[in-house]
Amino acid sequence: MTSRPGATRRLPDVRQEPFEAIVTEFGPMVLRVCRAVLGPADADDAWSETFLSAMKAYPDLRPGSNVEAWLVTIAHRKAIDQWRGRARRAIPVADVPEAAGSHSSTGVPGTWDSDLWDALKALPPKQRQSVAYHYLAGLSYADVASVLGGSGAAARRAAADGIATLRKSQLVQTPQGEPR
Amino acid sequence: MMTTAQPPGSDEDLFASLLADDDEAQRRLHARLVGDAAEAGILDVAYRTVDSPVGPLLLAATEKGLVRVAYATEGHDAVLGQLADRISPRVLRAPARLDEVAQEIEEYFAGQRFAFDLTLDFQLSQGFRRTVLSHLPRIGYGTTATYAAVAAAAGNPKAVRAVGTACARNPLPVVVPCHRVVRTDGTLGQYVGGTEAKKALLSLESAA
Repeated sequence: MTSRPGATRRLPDVRQEPFEAIVTEFGPMVLRVCRAVLGPADADDAWSETFLSAMKAYPDLRPGSNVEAWLVTIAHRKAIDQWRGRARRAIPVADVPEAAGSHSSTGVPGTWDSDLWDALKALPPKQRQSVAYHYLAGLSYADVASVLGGSGAAARRAAADGIATLRKSQLVQTPQGEPR
Repeated sequence: MMTTAQPPGSDEDLFASLLADDDEAQRRLHARLVGDAAEAGILDVAYRTVDSPVGPLLLAATEKGLVRVAYATEGHDAVLGQLADRISPRVLRAPARLDEVAQEIEEYFAGQRFAFDLTLDFQLSQGFRRTVLSHLPRIGYGTTATYAAVAAAAGNPKAVRAVGTACARNPLPVVVPCHRVVRTDGTLGQYVGGTEAKKALLSLESAA
């Protein structure tokens, strides 16, 4: 993992920031990623499991680590756990299914858990993850690749394909914010 | 394709609805994390602040008890950094865990409490300093003792300066009453929260 210049702002005599500072700084980013990857029904659980796991492991995190990439890696594993859990509960299908009956979205057109989530959940998982980890978490493609496996170029391609599909669906479904 | 829609904007526009801050969700999730962490036994340091006539006080507790009280002049962020360093970086703002402490402190500043009934964690003080601090609660509410008297009570009459240091570095001011220790000549002497705070506490206690 690479470390960004902004990640090394702690004082030399303080080994680690209080975990509260990590939650404050990165909590919103992790929630966006969980929402984009898992959808509204499961995002809260994934966020909670991510930060509980992160807090357990936090004392062993090396100073100077890229905290965003570390948290996204944990969130990524939690998302996979949730998909596996769903697959055990439901009939297995090739694509990532949405848990039946657990959709808690407001369904209000123009809000993220309606139009945007409808478009995101239609993407293949790898594209959705690449889009979320690069555009919402701000990870470099190299870091996205280290989370997902594969090359940075492949992560860049998956994100570009995902964005292209999202744009098309947004244009077709909600021109200038009008409900379809 | 027959679309009259404007060309797509930046990628940020695409995600505008997801990028908006959701403070309500953060509060809900933070509270859930505090509960989960406590249940898992990994909430090593819980903290909150409480308003007082001598400014906002930071209160921090481990599972063993109250471990730190800090004045604003000490810099609450700096103190939290020290706690992360010396005790554990698993630090969360968890007001409910310190409700009892906050209530006793509020009663004290209202002149309705003359002694604290709290479990204390003295792990931030060692050796003679810890011995000195353990003697301070014996100085009764509304009274004072000299540094020399405390040194004698702690078993080392010559260690007057060390008593001064122990008081200056008291990790639990207000609750462990180092403000009741004064100079032999009757002047107040230094205080971790500043001389004005020391004066305020002593006049509060003499008025009650």
